[in-house]
Amino acid sequence: MTAPIAPARPGVRSAPPARSLPARVAAANPVARLIASAPIVLGFVLTIDPVSAGVALALELLLMPLIGIGWRRFWKVTAIAWVLAPLGAVTILLYGQASGEVYFSWALVHVTAGSAALAIASVLRVLAIALPAIVLFAGVDPTDLADGLGQIVRLPQRFVIGALAGLRMLALLGDDWRAITLARRARGLGDRRGPGALLRQCFGLLVLALRRGGLLATAMEARGFGGDTPRTWARPSSFGRVDAALIGVGTLVAAVAVTASVLTGSWRFIGG
Amino acid sequence: MADPLVAATGWGWRHAGRRAAAVSGLDLRIDAGERVLLLGPSGAGKSTLLAALAGVLGGDEDGQAEGELLVAGRRPLEARGLAGLVLQDPDAQMIMARAGDDTAFGPENLALPRGEIWHRVARAQRAVGLHLDFDRETHRLSGGQKQRLALAGVLAMRPELLLLDEPTANLDPEGAIEVRDAVAAVLRDTGATAVIVEHRVELWWELATRVVVLDPAGGLLADTTPERAVGELAAELSARGVWLPGRRLAAAPIPTPSATSALTPSVSAPAPAASTESARRDGGSPLLSARGLAVARQRGTSVQAGIDLDLAAGEVLAITGPNGVGKSTLALTLAGLLPPEGGELVAHPDLADGAAPAPWRWRSRQLLTRIGAVFQNPEHQFLGSTVRAELAIGPSELRRPRAEIEARVDELLERLHLAPLAAASPFSLSGGQKRRLSVATALATRPRILVLDEPTFGQDATGWRELVALLDEVREAGSAVVAVTHDRELIAALGARELRLDGGADAVQAADTGVRS
Repeated sequence: MTAPIAPARPGVRSAPPARSLPARVAAANPVARLIASAPIVLGFVLTIDPVSAGVALALELLLMPLIGIGWRRFWKVTAIAWVLAPLGAVTILLYGQASGEVYFSWALVHVTAGSAALAIASVLRVLAIALPAIVLFAGVDPTDLADGLGQIVRLPQRFVIGALAGLRMLALLGDDWRAITLARRARGLGDRRGPGALLRQCFGLLVLALRRGGLLATAMEARGFGGDTPRTWARPSSFGRVDAALIGVGTLVAAVAVTASVLTGSWRFIGG
Repeated sequence: MADPLVAATGWGWRHAGRRAAAVSGLDLRIDAGERVLLLGPSGAGKSTLLAALAGVLGGDEDGQAEGELLVAGRRPLEARGLAGLVLQDPDAQMIMARAGDDTAFGPENLALPRGEIWHRVARAQRAVGLHLDFDRETHRLSGGQKQRLALAGVLAMRPELLLLDEPTANLDPEGAIEVRDAVAAVLRDTGATAVIVEHRVELWWELATRVVVLDPAGGLLADTTPERAVGELAAELSARGVWLPGRRLAAAPIPTPSATSALTPSVSAPAPAASTESARRDGGSPLLSARGLAVARQRGTSVQAGIDLDLAAGEVLAITGPNGVGKSTLALTLAGLLPPEGGELVAHPDLADGAAPAPWRWRSRQLLTRIGAVFQNPEHQFLGSTVRAELAIGPSELRRPRAEIEARVDELLERLHLAPLAAASPFSLSGGQKRRLSVATALATRPRILVLDEPTFGQDATGWRELVALLDEVREAGSAVVAVTHDRELIAALGARELRLDGGADAVQAADTGVRS
């Protein structure tokens, strides 16, 4: 049976027929985005040196305009990384493994040539890992990601759909918390403060969340979810050239950075 | 088609952890094309039966079954997709973030091809009168739209058996009619079989071809035609707490011996032992006043502004208006739970009783004896592990003597027909029982003002009468009652003054808060 009134929608939602490269990257499959940032993350967990991280970071910043994220939005979504990376570095600077020339020393604090290098490396590394991950993931629609994980990665459907539903419920936790706060005040328990009261309120939140989850599970079952029969996907999740290219670029960035690091002799296995 | 669509033979179900069976000894056959209105007192097992027919009651760890229940000759669990269930809470049924995806969810689970899925989505949404962009976010829909979307999600599966579990209970009268009309159109077009559980029976009466009444003690109280149900069986069914169309007012306060009192509630109330007639003499002493009051659930998002009202001892104020207009927010503000967003809300000395004039500034314990609040969703205010513990929380917080607490709790348990459930978890009660328990928790500390959000939701006739009688008593004793309600009969029975809220401060915000406001 053909569908005369079926909208020409299946799948692609807000993205218009995009031709410019940034727009096409913006419409890339969320799974491709996930995989593209993987080599960088995996490569850099192995080493801690400034060269690989620095090279990767430089390449990433050069590539950023191609992803189609405006600078204004770029700074907005990545602000947290720019704040946290230096904070982590300061800790390493003060308390990190001491080696080489000692610049400053007081009690447990030892600022040495080694800890300074380590601190710089850590700033670069955190940024090099966090920036692509954040930028690639900002604005990914959970439904699209679930479609991709189910159809392209072929994760078990019940798991993917269940996780998606759970994710949507997380958004309601704030409402529930407010409701419990009001309820405790209305019931005469609102004056209590301290860890005991907080614990009880958390428990109340847990009870409500479980209850909500149970109701949602019932609603999902009532629509035939959870049987052993296979299900289909209403929205196609396609994997095209742009997606492959995105993963290629991610791999390339990691490869170039690691090669540069090895060639300059600064490659350092963590703990090595 | 000689085989019935539904066949129950000595069927029953006991929820895990409960001593009494929810349903037992049920023998019932429903043929294709019938439209059954399933009635029965609160806790008779109506929702349990629907869940069982839909195959969502769960397995052995969830409870124990007896007898046999077949849908189209198969066990319901294996007949999924044959029966489609629409539940009461619109929010709990929004499965996907976007409207189109939500309707597509069922067909996906039936493993239909993609083209067929979107064809069905479009048809189902049109069938329920929804003309939404498929990308429309589901959480932004109104309560009536959400319920119609849930119905569309079920229709897209083309079920042979449509199961509706109080689908309009959370909706305002306009939303309820929207949903009813959508169901009527669908049944007319598809000829599907329907089993409908509803307390607003008059809404569905015309649609029904058969009335089946469950007996809480097991089996059926009646299995008859709509005509006979309101005819020769009417008196008996009403006495058993079953709602029948047009019999709500006639059934008003029971505890009075005078039958005529029902329609004149101002004199109908049973005088409690220490009735303070004086409190009502001149409309009572003023308790609470609002001037230019603006209310908001979260700072900066005012839903209503410029509200002026005075509340006096011994009176009942009904707050009415469409879903999403800010009724619940106003109620929570009047109850001293939310800070006023603007204007002022002042407690008169009689109410404040030594506390500051602004209820919002009171300590939580000071609220207990001054203003009691009953939330729209009873589950949101349950804090105890058993029904008994739940009722004791307030009085214990007031450091009342143990014997007095026990006496008060026993009295309320008895009064609201909750005594057999004293040891059960509040969350395990039926919808109507939860509502009565939440009202009882507020009454436990005898507040001067009682603020209730939809107190008669999901009540059977007995529960309704009991609540009305209780509220009347509270008022007679000199307290004031504020009730957010769509229930015209409640307003009439209590002789309430009405404050109607219209057009929220921000239409988008109103649609956003949906049924919660």
